[in-house]
Parts: sequence; structure tokens; C-alpha cells
Amino acid sequence: MTPKRKKRLSIILGLVFGTALIVGLVMFSLSENINLFYSTSQIAQGEAPVGARIRAGGMVVDGSIKRSTDSLKVQFAITDYEHQVIVEFTGILPDLFREGQGIIAQGKMDAQGIFQADEVLAKHDENYMPPEIAESMKQKQESVK
Amino acid sequence: MIPEIGEFALIIALLLSVVLAVVPMYGATTANEMWMSYARPLAMGQFLFVIVSFICLGYAFAQDDFSVVYVAQHSNSQMPIQFKLSAIWGGHEGSLLLWALILCGWTFAVSRFSKALPLDMLARVLSVMGIIATGFISFLLITSSPFERYLPRFPADGADLNPLLQDFGLIVHPPMLYMGYVGFSVAFAFAIAALLSGRMDAAWARWSRPWTNVAWAFLGLGITLGSWWAYYELGWGGWWFWDPVENASLMPWLVGTALVHSLAVTEKRGVFKSWTLLLAIFAFSLSLLGTFLVRSGVLTSVHAFASDPERGFFILMLLAITMGGSLTLYAFKAPSVKSESSFSWLSREVLLLVNNVFLTVMAVTVLLGTLYPLLIDALGQGKISVGPPYFNAVFVPIMGTMAIAMGVSVAVRWRETSTETVLKTLWLPAVISLLMGLIFPFVYGSGFDMRVFLGISVSLWIISTVVSEFIGKFRNAQTLSSRLSQLSMSYYGMMLAHIGVAVTAIGITLVSTYSEERDMRMAKGDSVELAGYQFTFQGTQVVKGANYMADQATIEVTEDGQSVVTLHPEKRRYNVKRNMMTEADIDAGLFRDLYVALGEPLNEGEAWAVRVHYKPYVRWLWLGGILMALGGLLTAADKRYRKSSRKQESVHA
Repeated sequence: MTPKRKKRLSIILGLVFGTALIVGLVMFSLSENINLFYSTSQIAQGEAPVGARIRAGGMVVDGSIKRSTDSLKVQFAITDYEHQVIVEFTGILPDLFREGQGIIAQGKMDAQGIFQADEVLAKHDENYMPPEIAESMKQKQESVK
Repeated sequence: MIPEIGEFALIIALLLSVVLAVVPMYGATTANEMWMSYARPLAMGQFLFVIVSFICLGYAFAQDDFSVVYVAQHSNSQMPIQFKLSAIWGGHEGSLLLWALILCGWTFAVSRFSKALPLDMLARVLSVMGIIATGFISFLLITSSPFERYLPRFPADGADLNPLLQDFGLIVHPPMLYMGYVGFSVAFAFAIAALLSGRMDAAWARWSRPWTNVAWAFLGLGITLGSWWAYYELGWGGWWFWDPVENASLMPWLVGTALVHSLAVTEKRGVFKSWTLLLAIFAFSLSLLGTFLVRSGVLTSVHAFASDPERGFFILMLLAITMGGSLTLYAFKAPSVKSESSFSWLSREVLLLVNNVFLTVMAVTVLLGTLYPLLIDALGQGKISVGPPYFNAVFVPIMGTMAIAMGVSVAVRWRETSTETVLKTLWLPAVISLLMGLIFPFVYGSGFDMRVFLGISVSLWIISTVVSEFIGKFRNAQTLSSRLSQLSMSYYGMMLAHIGVAVTAIGITLVSTYSEERDMRMAKGDSVELAGYQFTFQGTQVVKGANYMADQATIEVTEDGQSVVTLHPEKRRYNVKRNMMTEADIDAGLFRDLYVALGEPLNEGEAWAVRVHYKPYVRWLWLGGILMALGGLLTAADKRYRKSSRKQESVHA
């Protein structure tokens, strides 16, 4: 091989290895870190895997918020107006968390069918409904019709 | 009346931009000097009329003209005047007007400060910017005019601005960010003009480089400000969330960083020309994509304004036309580009190429993570979100590897460097940074920590290579001052920016490893210890602000019995929409921040949920961002860009 071709070959090999490495890294990280969204109906029907990190969304049910008196533990129910799911969370809830507000929680289902959230997201807009919730409710309405 | 004048001025600006898009361009193709010379006055007229329009909107805000829909939705008579004015860009329509204003401002600046540019080149550049302005101003007028009225019945008072946005951060963050986003349109216009005229030589890179550096610096500042704002305003001490909209600003910054480096190679050595052109196209396309992501509401994000499919579609079309048109042009013209010189394996050219590859790969991985949920949704595979762990897992290793190359790159020369020279300059910095990285976690923390070791070593490696290279410059100098003045501004800029990267990296490493955080239930008199500081809750009192009421807590902080600071975090309730808002209080310091935020009242206000943070070195994050931006500006201020073209040519001849 001429030196020029050698140089070209090593460039190509380098690129191929580099690309393979990065694609591998990206694919691996993606597969580890994707959070699927489940509606409360899907969860209530047992479609959500136990122990896997997922997102759940729904409207906070009126009168369902129960606080512990000596810690920051809080329990509430979310609904898509069809099925309810109970969520448990320890920590400070976002400013716009309130009854009737659409929220998204991230966490895992435990064996008792309670959603153990490690993060609760509410939008800073009282009319806002997360698109995931809006859509899952729209589907509900259509299927009712 | 005033809002109608604003709308009318915008229509005139649109007409001027259409003329600017057509006439000078046609003049440049037919070598008609008179037609080309229309470019400058048109750029000025377009800018003037958009200013008029902007002032009209500002006047409507200042006068509480709630018959204007946009004002009624984003302002309120109780709001302090500075927030009424910054509310101009607090929503979709007004922020687009700011976009247009800044675009026309850049166009005007190019027409003013490019005396060295040949007339046909200037005409083409300004025409391309006129095309962009045409697209955006018609977008404004057709889908999102901020001057629409509620007639005949309009509300007595406005609906108020989102309390999160009633803050100094909102006054400065969007204009800075837009200066950067839109600034890349200049680099884009230069690239298109070069492709059209077929003049893709080193001179082109020299013209385009200062503009690109300034735009890049502003974008960096905008991102830095956004991160700082999120940190103190969102109330939970995070400084980067990998939110789609943050990613939308990070991607053009990454590609812009690659572009800034690639332009340097093209200017100095006349190589990588077609690659540089491609980067210029992508940097601006990603800015447009960012605008699309923010404005269309396709992604769940803290930034998404009210979503409107029509608007999203319009921007998507603009993006498609921009990318499609420029890439087609590129495909036809780029193969004729020739490199002017050669280089060997160990040369600055190759290392800058490595830098470019890394930065582009990073931008692509961020793009992938951001768009993946959209893709999966479009394929009907379910609703997913890609979490921060993905971004961290991919971004950090690539960034770390690139940092190693950064250190090497300052030690090698253009064209060729012998391996011995490189090893001779680099062995000492390598040993020092590895040793310090090894010692640091023992001295600062409680024991060895791999992340800290890697983060600190890599950061110190960047700093020490820059410093040793700088000292090396003086080895053969007669006097210190003569040598100092011989070094160019762009050299100082490069050093400053590289040190900025290291400073940010140190901040990220330490704040993500040694931060401490506690969410507590606290009644009056309760106290908690965190990182050696004693936080004591002294109860709350009600305070009244301009347009809100707040529960203000008093929290005493002591260290070893010595008083450090008294913090007053607030829980605000805004009068108009009854919005709750957490206002954190921070004791900022170069080496640590103490951060306190109120959660909600518990048991009818007898106790409060309180969040306490200890954030070491968090300021370094933003300090590094500022240094990088300063570096970019310093490079653009280099005196070689201010020489007239005639002088430059005689020097080269």
C-alpha cells in the first residue's frame, strides 16, 4: 500500500470504530433511560410493569391528598376520570400542585399497586394539561362515544 | 391608534425586506452596481421600521392598553414598570417580534461594519438576511401579530404575567439568547453568499469569523443566564435539566463552537472550507429548529407556550425551505472547493478536526435524545420521555475525551509538529494535573472519588497546558511587554475561552458530587445541620409586594456558633391569578452557595416544608460560561478584522 492509501485506510478505520463506539453508547443509554408513559387506566388494568421506572399522569382527585403529620410524606390519587391510581411521594410538591390539576409523576409501581413517585411535575400554568394526559383523556372520551 | 401604527410599521418593514431579498441579489448576479448599492439603505430602513413597531408594543405595555390582546394576556396594571416592559417578550408573539428586531439589527450591523467587504459580497449577504427577515416578519404578521385587539369589549385589567417570568432573569435571558440564535443567521448568510459567488477562500472566513464569534459569545451568555435563572427561580436548585428547550439552545451552541474553530482553520490555513460552510448552514438550521421546538409545543417542556399547530407548521416550512435550499446549493457548489495547503498527522489542523468531530457528535446525540420521543410517538410506539441519565451518560464521556484533545491542541503548531516537541511541552502539565486530581478528593472530600479525580484532572489539564504554552511563548522574548503586545487578541481570546471550559467543568464536577440537600419539615425553632452549617427556622411573617402577598421565613445560618447569614425565602401568592410561587433565598459565594426554599405550609401553617441546599462551587459553572463568552468577544475584537481589505491584500501579496 502506498503511504497515502495507508493514511486513508487508518482514517476510515478510525471513523468506523469511533462511530461504532458512540452508536453503541447512545443505544445502550437510550435503552436504559427511556421512561414510558402510562395512563391511570392502563395502570389500573395492570399493563404497567412492576419495578420499572415509568411516568404516570392524571388529574389529582379532589379530597385525596393525605399528608403525614411528622414528615414530608404525602399520598394522593390521580385519575383519567375512569380509573384511579394512588401515588406516594416524599418531599416538596411543586407550587402548582393542587386538587384538579394535571400532573405527571415519575417513579415505579410497587407490589401493592401504589405508584411510588420520586418526582412530581406540575406545569406553571393552571389551564395546562400535559399532552400525554390530554391525549389519553381524549381517547377515553372517544371510546365512550 | 398606537398599536395600529406598530402593525403598519411591521408591514412596511416586511415590504422593505422583500425588496432587500430581491434587488441587491439580482444586482449581484447581473453586476449592476446601483442595484447592489440599495442593500445598505434597505437594511437601515427595515431596522428602523421594526424598531418603530417594537416601541409601539412597548408603549402599549407601558400604558396598560388592555384592548390589545397580547398586552391583556401578559401584563397587569399592578406590575412594576420594568416587568411590564420585559413582558414584551414574555409570550409567543412578542418574543417573535424581538426575534425580528434582533435579526434586522444584525442585518443593519453587517451593512454598517463591513466596509472591507466587496460590494457584490455585501449585497448577497444582506439579501440572504432579507430573505430570512421576509420569512419571519410574514410569520409574525400572518400567524402571530402582537397588535391584535379585543374590540369592542376589552378587559378592565390584564391577566398578569406568569410570576416565574417577573424576574430580572427574564429581562436579560431571552434577548441574549436571541442575539446568539439570530446571530448565526449572519454566518449562514455569509456561507450562502460565498456559495452563490463561488468565492470560498480564506478571505470569506476572515469576514465571517468576527460575526460568528460574537453570535457564539451571545448564545453562550444566553445559555449561562438561563441556567442561572433556573437555579434561583425554579426553587429546587437545579442548573440544567436536559429539558428539550435547553437542548434546543445547546445544539446550535455546540455546532457553533465547532464552526468557530473550523473558521479559524479555514482563515489561517485555507483548509476544511466545505466543512466550515456546512457547519454554518447547520448552526443556523439548528437555531431555527430550536425556535420550532419552543414555539410549536410539540414537546413537553417548561418553556412551551400555548401550542398552536398552525404556527408550528409555518416554522417547520421555514426550516424545510432554509435547509432544503441551502443544502441543495451546497451540493451543487461545494465540490468545486479546493484546499489550499496540506498538513500532517500531528498538527493543529488535525486536532481542530478532532474537536469538530466531537462537538458535532455531541450535538447529534443531544438531537437524538430530544427528538427520539417525537419519533417514537409518530411511529405509534407509545409515549416516552428520555431522561437526564441518557444525556449524562452520553455527553460526559465525549466531553471528557474532547477535553484531553483540547490540552494537546494548544501545544501543537499548524502544519506539523514533531512528537518530541509535543511530549516535551506536555509531560509536566500531564503529571501535575493527574497528581492534583488524585489529591483533591482526599483534601476536599472524604476519600477517593473517581468522578472527582477525572473531572479535576481533565480541568487542570486544560488550564495547565494553556499556562505552559503561554509561558513557552516567552522563552525567546527580549522583553516581557514586547512579547505581550505581539500576541494577538484572538490568541488571548482562545486562552480565556479554554480556561472557561475548565472552570465550568470544575463547577459541574464538584457541585454534582459534593452537593448536599435536605427536604425537611420545620416548625419554629427547629434546626438542621448540613455540611457543617446550622440552619434554624425562626418562623414566618406576611409581607406585601407590588403585586403579591408573601409568607416570608427567617432562617438563621450559623457555623460553629458563629452567625453566617440570615436568609429570607418567600412563598408568594400573586394577586391576579392566585398563582403560588417559591422565591428561594441564596447566600452566594465563590466556593459554596447556601440555598433555602420554602415548600408548603403543613398543619395550617404551624410548620413548613423547607428545602435546604449546600452547593459547592456552583458559581464556577456560570463563571466559566462568562469566560468563554469573553474569549469569543476578545477574538472578534482582534485588530486584523478591522483593517481594510486593500491593506490585507497588499500584505498577502
